[in-house]
Amino acid sequence: MVNCNWKATFRFITHSPKSFFQRRCIPPSRNPTFLPSASTSEFLCLGQRVFPFFNSLSNRVDITEGCIGMPSAVLRKCYGSTAGLVQRNPKYSTLNDEDVSYFEGILGKKNVIQDEERLVAANTDWMHKYKGSSKLLLQPRSTHEVSQILKYCNSRCLAVVPQGGNTGLVGGSVPVFDEVIISLSSMNNIVSFDKVSGILVCEAGCILENIITFLDNEGFIMPLDLGAKGSCQIGGNVSTNAGGLRLVRYGSLHGNVLGLEAVLANGTVIDMLKTVLKDNTGYDLKHLFIGSEGSLGIVTKVSILTPPKLSSVNVAFLACKDYIICCWTDQNCFNTCDVLMELKRLEGKLLQEAKRKLGEILSAFEFLDIQSMNLVLNHLEGTRNPLPTMHNFYVLIETTGSDEAFDKQKLEAFLLHAMENELISDGVLAQDINQSSSFWHLREGIPEALMRAGAVYKYDLSIPVDKLYNLVEEMRTRLGNVANVVGYGHLGDGNLHLNISAPQYDDKILSQIEPYVYEWTSKHRGSISAEHGLGLMKANEILYSQSRETVQLMASIKNLMDPHKILNPYKVLPHSFSS
Amino acid sequence: MKIMVAIKRVVDYAVKIRVKPDKTGVETQNVKMSMNPFCEIALEEALRIKESGFASEVVAVSMGPSQCVDTLRTGLAMGADRGIHVDSTATLFPLSVAKLLKALVEVEKPTLLILGKQAIDDDCNQTGQMIAGLLNWPQGTFASKVIVDKEKQVATVDREIDDGIETLSLDLPAVITTDLRLNQPRYATLPNIMKAKSKPIKKYTPQDLKVEIKSDLEIIQVTEPPKRKAGVMVSSVDELINKLKNEANVI
Ligand SMILES: Cc1cc2nc3c(=O)[nH]c(=O)nc-3n(C[C@H](O)[C@H](O)[C@H](O)COP(=O)(O)OP(=O)(O)OC[C@H]3O[C@@H](n4cnc5c(N)ncnc54)[C@H](O)[C@@H]3O)c2cc1C
Repeated sequence: MVNCNWKATFRFITHSPKSFFQRRCIPPSRNPTFLPSASTSEFLCLGQRVFPFFNSLSNRVDITEGCIGMPSAVLRKCYGSTAGLVQRNPKYSTLNDEDVSYFEGILGKKNVIQDEERLVAANTDWMHKYKGSSKLLLQPRSTHEVSQILKYCNSRCLAVVPQGGNTGLVGGSVPVFDEVIISLSSMNNIVSFDKVSGILVCEAGCILENIITFLDNEGFIMPLDLGAKGSCQIGGNVSTNAGGLRLVRYGSLHGNVLGLEAVLANGTVIDMLKTVLKDNTGYDLKHLFIGSEGSLGIVTKVSILTPPKLSSVNVAFLACKDYIICCWTDQNCFNTCDVLMELKRLEGKLLQEAKRKLGEILSAFEFLDIQSMNLVLNHLEGTRNPLPTMHNFYVLIETTGSDEAFDKQKLEAFLLHAMENELISDGVLAQDINQSSSFWHLREGIPEALMRAGAVYKYDLSIPVDKLYNLVEEMRTRLGNVANVVGYGHLGDGNLHLNISAPQYDDKILSQIEPYVYEWTSKHRGSISAEHGLGLMKANEILYSQSRETVQLMASIKNLMDPHKILNPYKVLPHSFSS
Repeated sequence: MKIMVAIKRVVDYAVKIRVKPDKTGVETQNVKMSMNPFCEIALEEALRIKESGFASEVVAVSMGPSQCVDTLRTGLAMGADRGIHVDSTATLFPLSVAKLLKALVEVEKPTLLILGKQAIDDDCNQTGQMIAGLLNWPQGTFASKVIVDKEKQVATVDREIDDGIETLSLDLPAVITTDLRLNQPRYATLPNIMKAKSKPIKKYTPQDLKVEIKSDLEIIQVTEPPKRKAGVMVSSVDELINKLKNEANVI
């Protein structure tokens, strides 16, 4: 009897690390009840004002609003972004039965999906903020099939949206109107892996976490890791040039992607699947596909340089009194106020010090504020504050190296120094992998906690590190108590995730946020999209971060590569440039 | 009152275990090692008893190679007052560990000895019971709740058994082994990690404790569990029924 008992318990404990990992990522099929009350807010919003809406007659979408509305008969949208008004471009054909038969001919019936339920999922983005009304989802299994689909769509002028794991946060991965969805999910094979060079070649639909597991068995890691790893695909990551949690160590995908294969709008397959590190033969066109969000072609294969897995990983979760201490740089001395002057005496600054003292082993430097921490603790089960009391700021530092004793000593010396200089007020150092995972979960769980808290306005900004948190504070002042303003992000990369959480989407809140956030960012020469891309949400805002001439050149490139503009229309470039 | 806690250094329980190619055991080279989770719970319980004023000192003991000192440092950072390291490179089976613990109990004279119910590497689940037998102390194994009455010198232990909860009352001194749901261990905070650096760790060898390490067990072979075969996707209900009928022979 007793024996059975411990067996049961033991099963529980051996399974828990797995559930931790699962908690660290997005479940592949999300339970709708976990999603915020989008549907309620949709209708609330509907009741408030009457806007020109999209239906079969007007084909218009108003995206100046705070949410999506979809009453049964009429599809009408209002997004949490002042992206402006988009109309369905009448030059695109409407899908007919012949088209469907044609696709069935090349893909087989099974891979041409018209099932309502599956279409609802593919039409709706992760945040439940953007919703298209596509009637067709295609699941090609090979580059050749992708090529055939595009060739046909191009000839018919049928607009398409490439879709990976559909975890994008800017409304780029779902149709705006009735674009045909091309999902890469069935192209999920590892093509080759070279154990000597660490070069991996795989199809675009491989889920990031599966690649991570595959590499782990081979003794390598992905240079890219992010909270959505359980669902997002490498093709989607490349197409959004995802940054994530390890960029501070391994750099961006522009450096790690060695080559790729892509299909152009007219079906031409471009083979740039290089597996060499150096290749200076003409224009390096693969870069056009990295971060262009499916607007220039569909990425079908990727070749990526993966670093060897190092045995020693340490994670520290630290508390700071003040943001300024997290990142402090010398300019701050002039932001006078007695406290800051006092801080001026501190010789160290946590981020600078970490870069200097942990240099070669630093692999992540993330931050969250007390508001983010409260959200996670309130909305995610099984989370607890690792520290005895609450603090205004938290920093998660990860080191990765090859010598456990050496790394630990180095990290402890750094932390001791930081404590002595009052750069940190408290902290914990993970003693095992389970503890590391639970510290990571606090940081990676924020987007999910925000989703559960209600409506959320997300901004992903690059801002000089020393000014980065000023924006959060200004927004807090601007919005008062109508919304909860939270700040977290990849501090090591100067990347702020400014999130404004409210019970429901509301025009008044939105008008307090936009365009102020964009103007502020532009004024500080930051970027209005550090890593999430522009998608639909920010297509019209690109000029805050790029010059008119640059955008003009982008539009010319788009015109050259996709003259009928069938690839992911209404996204990335301003509508005035692309029509 | 003094509490002694045994803590074992094991392959971290989030690490995927690999069997050595020669099948003599599991790979421990270049693998992350951590404190056995049940031992962490044991230590946490000892610390809580101390914090409620029923004990004055918590002594953590670890046995094995020199790196056990790292595990002890973690224990000291969690709050143990002192550490004892029994240095041995030989494989230690439960009976040897129990004999070594008995020798240490004779030196330290604790009132309570707390251990994890089992270590997640060999899953023996024997040491607590053996040491209780050797010392002739009462034992409360698989504890899910512990209450110490200092006046009466009694520990009340709840145990989760198949039929419900069994409550035992143990006269001190006693041995307790901990189950998973007893508590949630604390993290090692930086100030405590720093403080732990100056806490004493005393080193013994089995010879010092007059225990002869001999293995009463011989491991013949260690193998991985058979791999699960990959599933197949069926495309229709008919196909499923056909497979259940003709391949699985279950309907
Ligand atoms: C919880 C959470 C955490 C996140 N954390 C981060 C983070 O730390 N850093 C970060 O950068 N991002 C983050 N993101 C957003 C990030 O952009 C996506 O998670 C990911 O990179 C997109 O991959 P996907 O496969 O889901 O692509 P999708 O969402 O399906 O698509 C994204 C865009 O790429 C296009 N696309 C997709 N696949 C292809 C393809 N094969 N060829 C051409 N175009 C394609 C789509 O049309 C769309 O425009 C996070 C998202 C979530 C939900």
